[in-house]
Amino acid sequence: MMGLSNAPAPAPYPADTIARNPHGERLDHVFIVDLVEPGSRVLDLGCGRGTLLKMLVDKKQVRGTGVEIAEERVYAAVEKGLSVYHGDIDEGLSDYPDAMFDYVLLSQTLQQARQTVLLMRDALRVGHRLVVSFPNFGHWRPRLHLLLRGRAPVTHSLPYEWYDTPNIHSLTVKDFRLFADAQGMRVVRSFFIGRTGEAHVWPNLRAEHAVFVLEAGVGYNDPIHAGP
Amino acid sequence: MSDYHIEGQQFESSIGFVETQSVEFSSLPLDSGLTLAPVTIAYETYGTLNSDRSNAVLLLHALSGDAHAAGYHPGDAKPGWWDMMIGPGRAFDTDKYFMICSNVIGGCSGSSGPGSVDPATGREYGLRFPVVTVPDMVRAQKLLLDHVGIDRLLTVSGGSMGGMQALQWVTGYPEMVSSCIPIATTHRHSPMQIAFNEVGRQAIMKDPNWRGGDYYGQTPPDSGLAVARMIGHVTYLSDESMQDKFGRRLRDKEVLGYDFTLDFEVESYLKHQGEVFTRRFDANTYLYITKALDYFDLANGRGTLVEAFGDVAPETRFLSIAFSSDWLYPPYQSKEIVRGLKGNGLDCTYVDIHSSFGHDAFLVETDQQTHVISHFLDVTARRLRARSA
Repeated sequence: MMGLSNAPAPAPYPADTIARNPHGERLDHVFIVDLVEPGSRVLDLGCGRGTLLKMLVDKKQVRGTGVEIAEERVYAAVEKGLSVYHGDIDEGLSDYPDAMFDYVLLSQTLQQARQTVLLMRDALRVGHRLVVSFPNFGHWRPRLHLLLRGRAPVTHSLPYEWYDTPNIHSLTVKDFRLFADAQGMRVVRSFFIGRTGEAHVWPNLRAEHAVFVLEAGVGYNDPIHAGP
Repeated sequence: MSDYHIEGQQFESSIGFVETQSVEFSSLPLDSGLTLAPVTIAYETYGTLNSDRSNAVLLLHALSGDAHAAGYHPGDAKPGWWDMMIGPGRAFDTDKYFMICSNVIGGCSGSSGPGSVDPATGREYGLRFPVVTVPDMVRAQKLLLDHVGIDRLLTVSGGSMGGMQALQWVTGYPEMVSSCIPIATTHRHSPMQIAFNEVGRQAIMKDPNWRGGDYYGQTPPDSGLAVARMIGHVTYLSDESMQDKFGRRLRDKEVLGYDFTLDFEVESYLKHQGEVFTRRFDANTYLYITKALDYFDLANGRGTLVEAFGDVAPETRFLSIAFSSDWLYPPYQSKEIVRGLKGNGLDCTYVDIHSSFGHDAFLVETDQQTHVISHFLDVTARRLRARSA
């Protein structure tokens, strides 16, 4: 498998540090697999090697498709029997008709996407529900790192130097809630992951990673939200 | 496509000797309103058709290809045009699937074409051969499949013009096709593609030996055909692949000649490619096939591309492959195809394979294509079995 692509090697996968259950499954993946109803139609934007999508296909018989920019990861996902679009998530999304999917996943992808608002709105156009997971900059470690050392945080869940990070947005759990609210998106479920397990108390301080499930809220299509 | 001989290719690992077969049909109605009668189709098959006839794969050739996709004809130094992709353990695995490949009508390698004898006159058709289209080619292949007894195709696949035929198949006979693998292709020829083809056609028709197409039995328009091949060949390469292969190296000389004999290696290479091509290809066929390419527009008369794919069965799977350095059929054209499929909610995988080989990559980059095609076909066959069980 390795070395199949002639293209330059992709950036390291950002989510390798997320806590896992005894079966070795990432807790954010387990939450999403539990969430999704059997037979759902799922679009995974930034599907990587297709680990999550494959779990959804195997355990929930979803009709899934992924979008991935790195050629090597596309080959890995195809090897798992998945359907994948090799390209940017923006172009991977915009060609779908409305309401094509039950779930659109932005698993550890949002913090790397340029057009955040357009992307999330388009995701809620093609999908009934949007699942977003991201590393939480509000966790106490990055806060302490910045406060005590005076340097941009490099922590367990945010392992990149400022000059070498795939994350172009730094956001916290609180930031995301405010953002979703301002966009007219309703948080249906949320799930927070600490170093070793779920962190539902004081998530903005204790969660290294957050997962939000969103739907269009009341007034979502009002003109105030409809444009960027 | 170019005549590639892959380094290290062994006869032992190939499917061995194969034979071209031939079948004649009484007539074929054409898009032009004319009828071709009779119609001969040359074809080859590899592998074994299974008992429920569910493992048939139709392979479709490009401009200069033929029915001989894999294996060797006795006495040949080189195997068929997609040999590295066809055989035991290869992308189109002869241990699992039954492959069929035919020469297109209008061709010059066994199927009816302008060099065939017109029964009405007893002479070669020349330009009296009717203009054929990609849909006409596909209708001829349908006659062949009916003859062989195949009513269901696991997949249809080909590169370049082969990809156009694959798209034509899945839209023309949606009930027959389980999956489609269009490679380095387009849903309609662009002005640039038409322009290159017209330069090639003009080179042939301006050759005094062309004689309005009636050159059979006389000196053929080889210099015109060679020039057509040279321009075509340039479009199959890339700036990078030519840099790598030739640089500015001189041919058989230490210094520039200051004359108009060959100076550069790349000139000599193109001249050789042109000459070799005239030994195996008919100039009139070059006119007919390039015309069919230029006429190709999948959505023609069917509205948008999304509407053109509207009749495709919802469970049909697609694998679209493009190559990063292909400037003749650039990746954006494959993405347009994918856009049309997505608009119908169809299951599609798209891969843009990083390659420096230009359009020729579909004949050369066999590792990546083998990886994606073999996994894609495994899943397609498994789903088909699950549905019929």
